[in-house]
Amino acid sequence: MRDPKTRGLIIQIVLIIAITAFAAWLISNTMQNLTRSKIASGFGFLNYRAGFDIGQVPIDYTANSSYGRALVVGIVNTILVSGAGIALATIVGFIVGIARLSHNYLLRGLATIYVETFRNIPPLLVILFWYFGVLTVLPLPKDAIEFPLSTYLSNRGLQMPAARFDAIAIWSVLALIAGIVGAWLLSRRARAMQLQTGQRPSILWPVLGLLIGLPLVVFAVTGFPMTFEIPKATRFNLSGGWHVRPEFLALFLALSFYTAAFIAEIVRAGIIAVSKGQTEAASALGLSRRLTLRLVVVPQAFRVIIPPLTSQYLNLTKNSSLGLAVGYPELVAIGSTVLNQTGQSVEVVAIWMLSYLGLSLSVAAFMNWFNARAALVER
Amino acid sequence: MKNLVKTLLGASIIALSAMPASAATLDDVKKAGTLRCGVNTGLPGFGYQGDDGEWLGFDVDYCRAVAAAVFDGDGTKVQFTPLSAVQRFPALQNNEVDLLARNTTWTMNRDTALGLNFVGVNYYDGQGFMVRKDLDVTSALQLSGATVCVQSGTTTELNLTDYFRSNNMEFQPVVIESQNDVNTAYEQGRCDVLTTDASGLYASRLELANPDEHVVLPEIISKEPLGPLVRQGDEQWFDIVKWVHFGLLNAEELGVNQDNVDEMVNSENPDVRRLLGQDGNFGADVGLTNDWMVKVIKAVGNYGEIFDRNIGPDTPLKIQRGLNALWTKGGLQYAPPVR
Ligand SMILES: N[C@@H](CCC(=O)N[C@@H](CS)C(=O)NCC(=O)O)C(=O)O
Repeated sequence: MRDPKTRGLIIQIVLIIAITAFAAWLISNTMQNLTRSKIASGFGFLNYRAGFDIGQVPIDYTANSSYGRALVVGIVNTILVSGAGIALATIVGFIVGIARLSHNYLLRGLATIYVETFRNIPPLLVILFWYFGVLTVLPLPKDAIEFPLSTYLSNRGLQMPAARFDAIAIWSVLALIAGIVGAWLLSRRARAMQLQTGQRPSILWPVLGLLIGLPLVVFAVTGFPMTFEIPKATRFNLSGGWHVRPEFLALFLALSFYTAAFIAEIVRAGIIAVSKGQTEAASALGLSRRLTLRLVVVPQAFRVIIPPLTSQYLNLTKNSSLGLAVGYPELVAIGSTVLNQTGQSVEVVAIWMLSYLGLSLSVAAFMNWFNARAALVER
Repeated sequence: MKNLVKTLLGASIIALSAMPASAATLDDVKKAGTLRCGVNTGLPGFGYQGDDGEWLGFDVDYCRAVAAAVFDGDGTKVQFTPLSAVQRFPALQNNEVDLLARNTTWTMNRDTALGLNFVGVNYYDGQGFMVRKDLDVTSALQLSGATVCVQSGTTTELNLTDYFRSNNMEFQPVVIESQNDVNTAYEQGRCDVLTTDASGLYASRLELANPDEHVVLPEIISKEPLGPLVRQGDEQWFDIVKWVHFGLLNAEELGVNQDNVDEMVNSENPDVRRLLGQDGNFGADVGLTNDWMVKVIKAVGNYGEIFDRNIGPDTPLKIQRGLNALWTKGGLQYAPPVR
């Protein structure tokens, strides 16, 4: 008991036993309550026919698919909107965050207004605002705004021709992969030569040839195995083609601009955290302001930025569950339908929690990896 | 969002609590001094709040009728809980309400797997479609390719898919959580079609900016028998709500109404005498007083009066009795006798 190591071990064992016991109690109590209230339980329903249609199906799904499959569609849709949202939020957040420190008064003022506005509105309102805003501004499909290349914008969303590839197009994909591998080998060789001789041979053209030329040639040789599906006006809608729905647009824009406000503050704090001496040293070396920012400030700021940035990414992912309010078929929206049709609320809620846990842990794992790479490497 | 929180809460109550096998709802209600009734968040005619915040509607009157039976004629002793489509079942299962009267379709799944009991059908409904007049659609069979707005958590999602599939038609669903947002999306032109129970369509149409620009199509694509429901496991409470419903129907059939109930007490008709507690011990047998129906009718009237007052031809909804006429008048409403 005196030994801190044994003590730690014992505490851990006790803790594990306690947690396991609590989980066991939770499950058995749930089962008992369900049976007593005569409510059905179990996960068997996941294999039953779902019987409902979903607005946005990125993977194969029809009403004949199972409830389990429907939930997978929901997860994929959650990942789609979160991924796109994280990308845009990061870009906007960095721009606004840097603008907050700009010497230009107007730019700084605008960035401040942006941050203060979005930070102080509940995300649900932001989403509803974008949704009904988007719907009000855009015309009915029969008066759709037409862009070149058969692209249309209406309150049914953005529709453009979709490329459909024949099976033989796989060769072009293989060629592209081969090109990427080749380019990587080339750049490795170039780097080795640079280390040896101090001269880096120019590999721009061969790399471009490998990455773009090779796949294109293969594509041509196989006879351009691609057709375009063009959106066509039907009685009610434009159908066919590639379709970005207003529900996605609204949720994506709302989540991005909302989260960007928080990211901007994180970026600002990160930049301020880099000591002034670093900037002064950089300008003493004759680096321009832009180069200073890129080579000295940002890499160091990243170390401060990444951990809080991770939690913003997690927030965005979780906030995507508000999609239910505007009809975006993400995990919670589809789960609600499943829950409603089967009545198995405990099971569906458990699936929600596990899915979000999984998504969050994946984002966190990726960001930790990224963080480890960005960490100070002392030479 | 609120709905989601409620769902989560519901699930955690099931997981964490030692749920009492609440067997004596009548005693609980009497002890609490109010009936906790789950109603719609706002469906004109069925369950909604008037200008002064007072609860009104066809389903709301059912809550009041049960309260009048339990509280010796006092139909005001009701605590209303507005519930969305998604919230309603967990709320009843978790004992947050004693009775759910919220235009809810009686389906086998809900009656069995959800651990609930429907007491009867107080409104025979069916799912319909509403479209903009200028689309020149006259039949639901012309709707292939349309975008359809529908509220999540209802029976309507499933019916919709079944109907379009069996008629070899395609559609694009837009499934939104709150009926208000569904209506707004439809009004903004996000969808060509709004679908829900026909009763709900008439109610929703009233809330649109220009009701005359929209038509309800003739097709009724499903059976939506709506009725009040209670939890399984308390037979007495189930019987009470069930017989309040049958009592209202029998009263209409026997010509007993709010105005004449005091005279009808002296009627010679044995059916009327039993209904109003002059003969037999029927009220006491379900745990109420024998004059329970006198109290109920004084408070809310008979079935026909409830119908006419809230949704009938003289109200903005202008709904005809149709299937909801008594069986003696060519409808489906039929109650077992008090005998
Ligand atoms: N009868 C159907 C539909 C009931 C339902 O929720 N109807 C909608 C449309 S009429 C409604 O009442 N919405 C009002 C609200 O949620 O506030 C069911 O039981 O699932």
